[in-house]
Amino acid sequence: MLEKNVTLSWKGCVQGAVMCLPVIPGVIALGAVFGTVAAQQGLTFLETILMNSLVFAGASQFVAMEVYSDPLTMGALIAMIGVTGAVNMRMLLIGASLRPWLGQEPGYKTYPALFFLTDLNWLMAMAQYDKGHRDWGIYLGSGMLFWCLWSLSAIPGYFLGTLIADPKAFGLDVILPAFFAAMLVPLWKGKRQTYSWLIAGAVAVVTWLLVGGYWSIFTGAIAGAIAGAYIDE
Amino acid sequence: MSDAAFSVDGMFFLAVLGMTAITYSLRAGGYWVMGRLPITPRVRRGLEALPGAIIVSTVLPIVLQGGLAVGLCLIVAAAAQIKLRKEYIAVFCAAAAAAALRAGGL
Repeated sequence: MLEKNVTLSWKGCVQGAVMCLPVIPGVIALGAVFGTVAAQQGLTFLETILMNSLVFAGASQFVAMEVYSDPLTMGALIAMIGVTGAVNMRMLLIGASLRPWLGQEPGYKTYPALFFLTDLNWLMAMAQYDKGHRDWGIYLGSGMLFWCLWSLSAIPGYFLGTLIADPKAFGLDVILPAFFAAMLVPLWKGKRQTYSWLIAGAVAVVTWLLVGGYWSIFTGAIAGAIAGAYIDE
Repeated sequence: MSDAAFSVDGMFFLAVLGMTAITYSLRAGGYWVMGRLPITPRVRRGLEALPGAIIVSTVLPIVLQGGLAVGLCLIVAAAAQIKLRKEYIAVFCAAAAAAALRAGGL
């Protein structure tokens, strides 16, 4: 079953980029903090920029830098790749959910575009999809803007270190979770969402208490999706 | 800027390539697999439930870790969004609430 009227337009890309506005300060603050962490851990400037622009996955980069050691041993190298995979496991699910939308577009367009997949642009795109929007420029435009912001924001963080003495004092650290919470509101339609979110939340909390780290996102998401699939309206 | 700033350690470069490869394979892998499975109405509903489930699973541990102040800020964001349906206002209110709560010592 494939969607009709799936398009990709410049206008859609611009619309996607504009929708990023509320979270831009949050992304820049996080990228700057990463730059500072990288400098403290002894990465060179180019190494920092390479990691940001190639890996392009915030939380996993922070966790990988906790495993990093200088000089980098083979063991630490494998650990960095392993924790990156663990933290980013949820990408399997969010990528899967784009299939009904992007599935009728040719692979030479969609597979390069999947490099720009993050939770943020995926959520913004899915909220629009939910409203009947089918121009996937909204996903691509926002993803590319986040990529630019993420790549560049490490620079001031790297050189100036404590550019903003304490991001927490300005509430910059709550921008991304607050955006997530706000995105939840239009997704709620009724009983099916209530139950699937309760199940997702319960599984996530239990996982977090037992294992900690980032596994809770993956287990909670799977539990919520299964619940959503089996709860009838 | 010195040359040292533009040097890249070979092992580090390998680590970055490995991290890039595994992340991209996860980004594209789920999408690829779904292209080879039939998207039945049940599967479709499961996929449609994902955004909400991922948000809840991401945010709850952040609240547990961040404590009361973070929890209150997210309630402020959700309340502002319910009232106004404007993400940028919701996010601004939450950040302002966080700054105020922390200035107040919470």
